[in-house]
Amino acid sequence: MSEWSQALSGHPEAGDSATVQTISGNRGLQIEEGLLFEQDSPGHCGVDLPEPPAFTSRLGGLDRKDPIGLPGLSEPQVVRHFTRLSQKNYAIDSGLYPLGSCTMKHNPRLNEKMARLAGFADVHPLQPAATVQGALELIDTLAHWLKTLTGMPAVALSPAAGAHGELCGMMTIRAALEARGDRRSRILVPESAHGTNPATAAATGYTVEAIPANSRGRVDLAALRAKLGRDVAALMLTNPNTCGLFEDEILEIAAAVHDAGAFFYCDGANFNAIVGRVRPAELGIDALHINLHKTFSTPHGGGGPGSGPVALAAELVPYAPVPWIVHGPAGFDLAEHMAGDAAHSIGRLKGFHGQMGMFVRALAYMMSHGADGLKQVAEDAVLNANYLRVRLAGALSLAFPGTCMHEVLFDDGFLKDTGVSTLDFAKALIDEGFHPMTMYFPLVVHGALLIEPTETESKASLDQFASVVNGLAARAQSIKAEAIKAEAGKAEAGKAGAFHAAPRLTPRRRLDETGAARKPVLRWRPAPVQREAAE
Amino acid sequence: MPSLRFTKDHEWVRQEGDVAVIGITDYAQSQLGDVVYVELPEPGRHVEQGKEAAVVESAKAASEVYSPVTGEVVAVNDDIVADPAKVNADAMGEGWFIKIRLDDPKQLDGLMDETAYQAFVAEQP
Amino acid sequence: MRYLPLTDADRRDMLATVGVESIDALFAEVPAAAQHQGLLDLPLAMGELEVERRLAAMAAKNTVAGAVPFFLGGGVYRHHVPASVDHLIQRGEFLTSYTPYQPELAQGTLQYLFEFQTQVALLTGMEVANASMYDGATACAEAVAMAGRVTRRNKAVLSGGLHPHYRAVCETYARFAGNKLEVQDPAPGGGEDLGKLIDADTACVVVQNPDFYGEIRDYSELAQLCHRAGALLVVVVTEILSLGAIKPPGEMGADIVAAEGQSFGNALNFGGPHVGLFASRERFVRQMPGRLVGETVDAEGRRGWVLTLSTREQHIRREKATSNICTNAGLCALAFTIHLALLGEAGLTRLARLNHATAVSAAERLGAIPGVKLVNHSFFNEFALRLSKPAALVVDALAARGILAGVPIGRFYPDRADLADLLLVAATETVTADDIERLAGGLAEVLR
Repeated sequence: MSEWSQALSGHPEAGDSATVQTISGNRGLQIEEGLLFEQDSPGHCGVDLPEPPAFTSRLGGLDRKDPIGLPGLSEPQVVRHFTRLSQKNYAIDSGLYPLGSCTMKHNPRLNEKMARLAGFADVHPLQPAATVQGALELIDTLAHWLKTLTGMPAVALSPAAGAHGELCGMMTIRAALEARGDRRSRILVPESAHGTNPATAAATGYTVEAIPANSRGRVDLAALRAKLGRDVAALMLTNPNTCGLFEDEILEIAAAVHDAGAFFYCDGANFNAIVGRVRPAELGIDALHINLHKTFSTPHGGGGPGSGPVALAAELVPYAPVPWIVHGPAGFDLAEHMAGDAAHSIGRLKGFHGQMGMFVRALAYMMSHGADGLKQVAEDAVLNANYLRVRLAGALSLAFPGTCMHEVLFDDGFLKDTGVSTLDFAKALIDEGFHPMTMYFPLVVHGALLIEPTETESKASLDQFASVVNGLAARAQSIKAEAIKAEAGKAEAGKAGAFHAAPRLTPRRRLDETGAARKPVLRWRPAPVQREAAE
Repeated sequence: MPSLRFTKDHEWVRQEGDVAVIGITDYAQSQLGDVVYVELPEPGRHVEQGKEAAVVESAKAASEVYSPVTGEVVAVNDDIVADPAKVNADAMGEGWFIKIRLDDPKQLDGLMDETAYQAFVAEQP
Repeated sequence: MRYLPLTDADRRDMLATVGVESIDALFAEVPAAAQHQGLLDLPLAMGELEVERRLAAMAAKNTVAGAVPFFLGGGVYRHHVPASVDHLIQRGEFLTSYTPYQPELAQGTLQYLFEFQTQVALLTGMEVANASMYDGATACAEAVAMAGRVTRRNKAVLSGGLHPHYRAVCETYARFAGNKLEVQDPAPGGGEDLGKLIDADTACVVVQNPDFYGEIRDYSELAQLCHRAGALLVVVVTEILSLGAIKPPGEMGADIVAAEGQSFGNALNFGGPHVGLFASRERFVRQMPGRLVGETVDAEGRRGWVLTLSTREQHIRREKATSNICTNAGLCALAFTIHLALLGEAGLTRLARLNHATAVSAAERLGAIPGVKLVNHSFFNEFALRLSKPAALVVDALAARGILAGVPIGRFYPDRADLADLLLVAATETVTADDIERLAGGLAEVLR
């Protein structure tokens, strides 16, 4: 410590940063911010609007009578409010998000600029086709890129998210089966599948049966064969799977599924591992949804919006949802009805044409990378994940031996007898300045920790992450070692307590989720008005 | 003294005459975590052994409660709907879920007794 | 490549650490036949300048709404979004953050979603709202499914005044879920008797207010008829700004509201992404699809927010989930929240009056043209005109004159000759008196 800093910290009132009490409750740049509704200046407005000219109401006598209850604020107050809120969020712009199967990659700002071009943003979906040829061309171009990357002959672009795309794919499969007079009732889903898969199958009117994983973390081919039958409509598979492993028996799986007269649906959440290098069509896949907000960098936006186009094999194309982009003599047009070529379409899945704003961003991303860049994306994603695997496998317990693809799975074996759970470990990571990895998913291993760095992390970033994770693991391990030494049998409460108390440096500590679920408070309500005893 | 029987899905059953009282075991509640919500069937409903009779939810998980016996639901424990924490506090007693009039009391003979259930729990990963 | 931080030296080092010769070794488990040799047949990487040039060229082929007199509605409305909104949603902590599953790292997102839920509940007059859906049409389909769960019935009656896209999405979802829909004929000018269609199998009746043609009605009586029969009333709102001026569904006895929130904070965007709104009575909340944010306290007793009632959702309930939904409208919901925060009570009511005043003025001016007849008794900022020529032809002719005149209803009902002369015209605060004059002049000319 320098003389200067010694002088400061030697001051009787110095304290250390953790114990500082402030008058405001703020902590330096961490500023407390109440709700909008608590900052109401009645009558105030952050938008200047002209007074409407006099008019005769045509509202049919159904004018709104009572106040709505919205607060009034000026623009500076609103900007400050949301700026302060933003400062309480972690983001990919701030640091690594090692979330498995989420593909939290950098969100290029070029994409934002392109999406905001007036020619894309200030265009109405119902304008005459002749006035929106560029928009239709963009969608068609995106479709071309997706068809080439997947090897499939067509892409349905309207689904608004990955889960929506799954619904689309499964509906086309059911429609195709019904068209050939084949009523099947079951869908097979690996135990390791994302929750949307069985939920989608149920929403499509199917019952769901789970296929166990084998000891290598892949779909048990024998178990699959045993469950296939005349009433299985499809297998829904993720590949690479949610354990980060490539289903190396995929060609046999596809053959078995097709031999049984069923369809092969692939959840494309992990496409980042193989984009530009492997085409799903060549793996025998019949339908595959792509998450534009994962593989193609459209921003996660705190939970949305997404976009989940579905690539379709030839047999499923006639059932694709409307609208279809079609090429006519006058240029591009939209087939919006179940007529003509689209007569067998499953119908509409969303209002209007799809998530155009995300299409522009994804295409800008694809064009920026090109065929060469996209292949490099997959390679760097897989390399980064394997690098972490090797850096972490000593301290953490790797779930499956051997190489992984773009994500690596650990289980909580390394935390045994430490009194620290996967959850506690993750919360300790928060104090270290990292968003935790995916926890407790997939369900096939105990206390899962699934890590996907993506290709946009530098080696330095990975090294820092690895050293922190290894350090925390060592800390947890030391609890066990001390307990054994002291012959206490169980972990000492105090040491594990540091993990249980985490996080301590965030704007809020651990939150009471039980209380939130037992007595849900889902909106602000004004305090009850005190009634005066009048009369 | 009414003896307890248990299922592999961690339900307990206590016979009181021709009525079976059912709940989830202490082990089950500890695995579930803090219970936040319980969904119970309507009295009068007929339930079958092995079929879903109720749902118990924690903040992070939802579990079906399968009826260990076949019969008609004669009573449900509204107390645990109002205060789900009772399931955690006293799973084997005040945290009971359903009372069922047994179609066939002999069904209970096929279920695990306390010793067998403790052994079963010890085997859990 | 500008987005890839690894250098060739890094790659070499890392491959050595991993213990393999080349990157190909890490793809060894992929069947060789499925690995593409060389590069796929797509353009190579481009710099920003080149990407901008190409995309700008595509954008330039579109007629921009702001550049011409513009009167399109039909479920997507052009409103002025204050400049702060777009700046705030582009803050990296909002734009590039993930779903708030780790609440300690996401109080910003969770708080604004709680504010959003409150705003939606207040606007619709309902007790509780969720954290948004993909769009109004899918929200409508999910509302029908929810009504089925709540009532344990599987039939729904759909008003002919429901937006045709919303009806179509309901039809698709119902077909695969095995539910029955009784869809009424399109009803410009009204005349439906939905009450007599309710029976013991009816889960819900779905109406839209203002309806697809812009007509405003009071559904209080219909709500009572539904409730007497044990059914629910679902009210759809496609122009959320209308609730700044008219009686909200909650005051009419609605049980579920499914709406489109695009009018606040979100540009036209050629139809997406938009923001679905979903609200219902509190006692149905456990049957509600989508995310919910709830208030709670942290370990030090301070107020905070978390995602709650998650056990309804796919990541826990899997095949028994209320829906398969995983994402919400995220950033679009934030834009809605910020815009409404800027407007406040006073601004919202004034903006709504401004819209209505503009539409009243437009309806008067246009209705006076020979060959043009206003269909509506009432309307907010959108109304239907019956023309003396097919509306699609009129619209094309006016587009050629640089006027985007409205939406020909025949586009939604190509087999209905009786609807081919109907034009849907929206007039928001972005429409000027000059725009109305130009449209009037153009219409008069084309209809001569």
